[in-house]
Amino acid sequence: MTDFTQIDAMPPARRSWPRIRPARGLGFTLLALLALCAVAGPDLVGQDPAKQSLLEARQPPSADNLLGTDHLGRDMAARLLSGAQLSLSLAVLSVLTAGLPGTLLGIVAAWYGGWTDRVLTSFADAVLALPGLLLVLMLAAISPGSWWALYAGISLTLWVEYFRYTRQRARIVMAEPAVEASRLLGLTPGLIIRRHLVPEIGPGLLTIAAFGAATAVTAVAALGFVSVGVRPPTAEWGVMMTELLPYWREAPFLILQPVACLVITVLALHLSVGGMRRP
Amino acid sequence: MTAARPFLAALAQRGLQALIVAVIVGIVSFAMMQALPGDAAYRIAAGRYGYDMMDAAAAEAVRLELGLDRHWSVQLFAWLGALAQFDLGRSLVYGSPVVDEIAVQLGYSLLLAAGAVITSLLIAVPVGVAAGMKPGGVVDRVTLALSVFVRAIPAFALGVVLVLAFAVQLKLFPVAGFRGPEHLVLPSLTLGLGLAAVSNRVVRDAVVDAMAAEWQLFARTKGLSARFTVLRHVLRNASLPVVTYVGVQMAYLIEGVVIVETVFAWPGIGHALVHAIFARDIAMVQGTALTLGLIYVALNLAIDLACRGIDPRTRSA
Repeated sequence: MTDFTQIDAMPPARRSWPRIRPARGLGFTLLALLALCAVAGPDLVGQDPAKQSLLEARQPPSADNLLGTDHLGRDMAARLLSGAQLSLSLAVLSVLTAGLPGTLLGIVAAWYGGWTDRVLTSFADAVLALPGLLLVLMLAAISPGSWWALYAGISLTLWVEYFRYTRQRARIVMAEPAVEASRLLGLTPGLIIRRHLVPEIGPGLLTIAAFGAATAVTAVAALGFVSVGVRPPTAEWGVMMTELLPYWREAPFLILQPVACLVITVLALHLSVGGMRRP
Repeated sequence: MTAARPFLAALAQRGLQALIVAVIVGIVSFAMMQALPGDAAYRIAAGRYGYDMMDAAAAEAVRLELGLDRHWSVQLFAWLGALAQFDLGRSLVYGSPVVDEIAVQLGYSLLLAAGAVITSLLIAVPVGVAAGMKPGGVVDRVTLALSVFVRAIPAFALGVVLVLAFAVQLKLFPVAGFRGPEHLVLPSLTLGLGLAAVSNRVVRDAVVDAMAAEWQLFARTKGLSARFTVLRHVLRNASLPVVTYVGVQMAYLIEGVVIVETVFAWPGIGHALVHAIFARDIAMVQGTALTLGLIYVALNLAIDLACRGIDPRTRSA
């Protein structure tokens, strides 16, 4: 996250990264298009993503099959759209279930301090002891192929970042004289949080949410790709990559389609919050 | 005494992290065991004696020997107790001790990880220095755009794209497996590019900071050449945040090893972990996940120590 003390010491123009101005606009446009595709789903192309036809396997794009057909003759466009539905809904859900508890617990830890803070921080540190994807992989492996295990694993891994960020910022805000005065005046916690904390942490949380959603999308595809996450015949981008991998010599354009979808989604999420997070 | 304390504190902190890793991996593996469909005793007996050689009596013997008839909470403590004595058990599929399997795979994984970090530094340091010497210049802007793009490509997708480009179209490098040094190129490049996409920006920031510092101006004023100042002072001061950041990237590296090894059929620990999950070989899952987790902790400790080596200020702080 941005370290303000360091930046203040530097002349701002030299320190800051050059802006790619159209980047955020592009990110939002792509996101809107993806959301539209996900909401409409396979109906958009009027094809059934599960309907096989071995006689029409690996066809090039045509009027009927806009992006061609896969090794089992299923419509690629319909399958990609179905995959977009799955990935994006899981990303949105995991942002909600990781973001809300993460942020609230962060505020609780900063507000009460003491033992509450110590217990919550230790729990967060325990989650961080393992690399995130390894933890998701292990949790998803308890019941392989289950959508719920995958979702729970991703949420459990992602909440920590919201928690740590909110806790750290909230502790600084709580120490401000203005907040101390508000507490002495007997203003309610709700009011203090709305007035002083939300404007302070809002933009940062938005960045974490966008990157978290990108992590969720990537994790679903990565686990699907290594056959631990979502199972075939579900149309999921990672699963589709595994299925189409054997045909890369004959039809490289087939496997490049789910790859492109994945990259565009992650890129759109990253760009919508300014391209790259300062490490 | 005062100088030694932060060192011991760092050591103790990483030790605690290693313990937490072991407990989490142990508990999750145990849960995996409990969630298996069917009777675990039959499964283990089949793995041990072969499917033709096993019967109800063999399964019963296994049940008694491993105490599978006890309450699950008792079994969990027994499981964690075995782990505490570094008893990782035998692979349920191969029948060989898990430790023997991992000893072979570990070398391959470390080789890949080292290849990835070296590749990333070979890319990130020159690119970052070039961008940082002229902030806001053409190089800075182009590398930022490229970094954002490469960062958005997940490791396994990048692997597939590189395979398509270099192995299938150009026929430059072998696609999968490991039989010689040329097999290391594509997997290391896949992971290294992903790492470099972020770390070149860290190098760039560090160089900008170092170039703007007062001691840099002093070094130039007292007559040192620009070249000498950069090589001798700027790079050393800039290397601290870079090494610290390599530590942050260890999580990406371990995650990447798991996925990229699978893409390239690299005979390492990550590949073994994914296979073990697929085959429900829980002893192997536990052993490989534990090893990956402990490598993660060890690498972090190594980074802590490297930072102390580069910057004397961190030693007594």
